[in-house]
Amino acid sequence: MAKPILTIKKLTKKYGANVIFHDIDLVVNEGDTIVIIGPSGTGKSTLLRCINLLTCADEGQIWLDDLEITAKGCDEDRVRQHIGMVFQNFLLFNHLTALDNVMLGLTRVKHMKPDEARQKALRELERVGLSDRADHYPGQLSGGQQQRVAIARALAMDPRIMLFDEPTSALDPELIGEVLEVMRKLALEGMTMLVVTHEMGFAREVADRIVFLEKGSVVEEGSPDDLFYHPKNERTREFLWKITELYGKKEKEN
Amino acid sequence: MTGWLELFQRYLPEFIKGAGVTLELTAVGLSIGFFLGLALAVARVYAPRWLKALAIGYIELFRGTPLLVQLFLIYYGLPSMGVTLSQTLSAFLALGLNSAAYQAEYLRGAIQAIGTSQMTAGRAIGLSRWKTIWYIILPQALRLVIPAWSNEPISLLKTTAIVFLIAVQDLMAKAKRAAADTYDPVGSYLAVAVVYLVMVFIMNWGLKYLEKKTRIPGFEMESKKV
Repeated sequence: MAKPILTIKKLTKKYGANVIFHDIDLVVNEGDTIVIIGPSGTGKSTLLRCINLLTCADEGQIWLDDLEITAKGCDEDRVRQHIGMVFQNFLLFNHLTALDNVMLGLTRVKHMKPDEARQKALRELERVGLSDRADHYPGQLSGGQQQRVAIARALAMDPRIMLFDEPTSALDPELIGEVLEVMRKLALEGMTMLVVTHEMGFAREVADRIVFLEKGSVVEEGSPDDLFYHPKNERTREFLWKITELYGKKEKEN
Repeated sequence: MTGWLELFQRYLPEFIKGAGVTLELTAVGLSIGFFLGLALAVARVYAPRWLKALAIGYIELFRGTPLLVQLFLIYYGLPSMGVTLSQTLSAFLALGLNSAAYQAEYLRGAIQAIGTSQMTAGRAIGLSRWKTIWYIILPQALRLVIPAWSNEPISLLKTTAIVFLIAVQDLMAKAKRAAADTYDPVGSYLAVAVVYLVMVFIMNWGLKYLEKKTRIPGFEMESKKV
């Protein structure tokens, strides 16, 4: 039986009276790529931030492997080392070169020796196809390259799971492909991934399961085939139709 | 004019001595002000509420009262509380404590401009809050602050002139002495004005160099001409 890496039970997040999402249940097994889709404002990003403990959930529990990370007294810095996160706006450290961006966590969090950290950082940059950009600063890189450095930075920590928060939404259309390609490769290598995205092509091709989130709850969950070709819920059908209409055109143009 | 040049030449060695004291006051005041100001700025943005309130109180107090009053309170007031400081030490302390309040505000602005997103990025790879501040936020904030902060050394250099009032032998004190000796106050003060101007000019040049030297490649701080 597949081993669950991430288990979410009855997770609820509110801002005052405003419920962002409620009673979310989700299991991510080792090696799985789960894609979360849904209209904007349905709490997809907040869900990822809760998993990474960047935001506190109000109710419910999250386990990383066998550790309940929502438990009181849980060392959040330690938990975050094991959860890689890639943001919509890359969020590279602007004053550091690509190499130093990747190295920082290794030397300052994992306390690796500089030489060892450098070797590992170079390997991670190679993995995302950017060894030749190691000494470039973020301001000297394209958006797509910046996002790949951000992926390398997260990978360098050897995370148990990678969270992607709309990693291609801030990119020009011609730069989306290179980032998706890296993510596709990661999925094939067996990385456990939880991806929020509007890239339906990626979802259909790479996802083991797709979760459709709307108005703060899971409407439908299943394999790409189920959701794209036999959606049970009317809302899923509508959303997918709308978004493939919109993005399908763009994909054809490319 | 030749008379003035003569005066300038005659008193130049004294002026240079005074300028040395002025530069020392500026350097020490700026350093105390920088480290204290940095601590205040970080406290103002990241500290728990009570410490934040303390930092704000300090800043408002020292920006809200004249430096001269602060200097007199330290030099004439502290002895009544059993603390007697020399003239120079009083001057260092007053300039440093006062400058800290201003530098704290420059630095706070820069720290806030770096924003919470860099904090998020740091925390996301497992850095603690303080490590993120130290390795991510401050290196960027300190670069960003330079253009605005450059006002402070220049302003402080000239502000040091008030310390002649507690008989510190700075450039201003030398001017006063020259004025009394030569019965030519205009000539004397004009002469030290020139010395101040030269010092500010050199300092300005140094600050521009610092700004250029610390610029992050590809990350333009000055907006390009549109």
